Amino acid sequence: MSDVSRAEVCVVACAEAFRGDGEILASPFGTVPSIGARLARLTFEPDLVLTDGEAALMANTPSISGSEPVVREAPMPYRRVFDVVWSGRRHVMMMASQLDAFGNQNLSCIGDWHQPTVQLVGVRGAPGNSVNHTTSYWVPAHGPRVFVDGVDMVCGVGYDRLSSVPAAARYHDVRVVVTNLGVFDFAAPGHRLRLRSLHRGVTRRDVQEATGCALAVADDTPETRLPSPEELEIIREVLDPESLRDKEVRG
Amino acid sequence: MSDKRATVEEMVAELRPGMTVGLGGWGSRRKPMAAVRAIVRAGIGDLTVVSYGGPDVGLLCAAGLARKVVFGFVTLDSIALDPHFRAARQQGRIEAMEIDEGMLYLGLLAAAQRVPFLPTRAGLGSDVMRVNPQLRTVVSPYEDAEELVAMPALVLDAAFVHVNRADHHGNGQVLGPDPFFDDLFLGAAKRRFVTAESVVEPGSLGDEGPLQSVVVTRLSTDAVAEVPGGAHFTACPPDYGRDEEFQRSYATAAADERSWADFAARFLDVDEAGYWKAVSQVPGTAGGRR
Repeated sequence: MSDVSRAEVCVVACAEAFRGDGEILASPFGTVPSIGARLARLTFEPDLVLTDGEAALMANTPSISGSEPVVREAPMPYRRVFDVVWSGRRHVMMMASQLDAFGNQNLSCIGDWHQPTVQLVGVRGAPGNSVNHTTSYWVPAHGPRVFVDGVDMVCGVGYDRLSSVPAAARYHDVRVVVTNLGVFDFAAPGHRLRLRSLHRGVTRRDVQEATGCALAVADDTPETRLPSPEELEIIREVLDPESLRDKEVRG
Repeated sequence: MSDKRATVEEMVAELRPGMTVGLGGWGSRRKPMAAVRAIVRAGIGDLTVVSYGGPDVGLLCAAGLARKVVFGFVTLDSIALDPHFRAARQQGRIEAMEIDEGMLYLGLLAAAQRVPFLPTRAGLGSDVMRVNPQLRTVVSPYEDAEELVAMPALVLDAAFVHVNRADHHGNGQVLGPDPFFDDLFLGAAKRRFVTAESVVEPGSLGDEGPLQSVVVTRLSTDAVAEVPGGAHFTACPPDYGRDEEFQRSYATAAADERSWADFAARFLDVDEAGYWKAVSQVPGTAGGRR
């Protein structure tokens, strides 16, 4: 399977992030995580609940381009999403403009919050998500400006923030970070960022050079698992025949 | 029963500089844009704007009428960031209260329920607490003794929402997929204004769609106005989608002062009829349902 693309490896890594989740609302942001969550539902996590990106839950698992009709199973207007967030029955995979070694995430602004150099979208639901249910991150362009030594505005809450705030720790679970270079978790001592696996063709050095924060790297880091033939067929024929994944991750 | 029909101008005439104004909808979806344009025309400034932010926030920032914005995000959906809002923040022209979007929901709910705050885990451990030093925590009086965020009530002086249908008494109906938080914006406000694509005879909203789509009751409406295309250029399904071409021209107008002056002269310094005439002259725009 030498013709497997990097994007396809990332799709499977995102799908794996949802393994074991059972009947929860999976909320992927970005193209590759959206394909990944749908792939997980079509293979090893059949009970995952997915929205149509608007205000309904999907009974079917159509391609992500939106060209196929969605079969709706229940309404999920915006307000009801908060009921799910606060119930804990959700796993969100958010994007991050900045991320640090403890899993603090920023999508609000760059620079001093009081008058930012770059205003981004805002904290959105990241503060509430990260202290209520499982949270993972997707970084399609792994670089030293994303992985930084301390983010400018903590939106998603990282592990170092929990010791002084017990009520934030109670349901906190920042699980994995999937990037275009590898898969990361917070299993290093003190819940610090650790390289869990390298995508095929990526070296430890590639990752270290692209990471601007402390990173634990073992000598025997495994390779991220490749898609099975069945998974490849689902990705290519069913979920993303238009190859939108290649617009997010090249190579 | 009282007939609450009014014009948007009559609604806006009740606003005063310095007020806190809530705007319904979400992002670039079903925003009360005709009301926002009327506020811009009237030049009512020094406003605190509370919103699931879209071009409503951007327009009031660009027009220099927003002193402060209470938000969890500001987005145009198909364009990720609103350039007018970005410019205002980056140039330090506005104050900000940036909170988790669930906290915003709870702040409106608390105001609607007339309680001073509602407890939540959202915000704990994040920099929302750092940049909003006015936020307090509360310790549970029960055995768990958990310390949670006490999200304060976001009491509004006035709120505007735009819906698909309404009746003379101010019942409002959303025929699209998501009512967002419109009923809570009205519930949190002292003066409550509903604009609608069309205003129908009382008792006939059930003919327009299922009765449960009447998400606003007259209990929370002071005045109602028929404003076809009143959400333009944001999406107002099923009546019309977003006018993407016009939204692009709105975003492009943030490029420099001259672009903004040109945009304002064509689309804001004119009445509704003048607005629609100008919109029809923009190549490729859908022009709402007109």
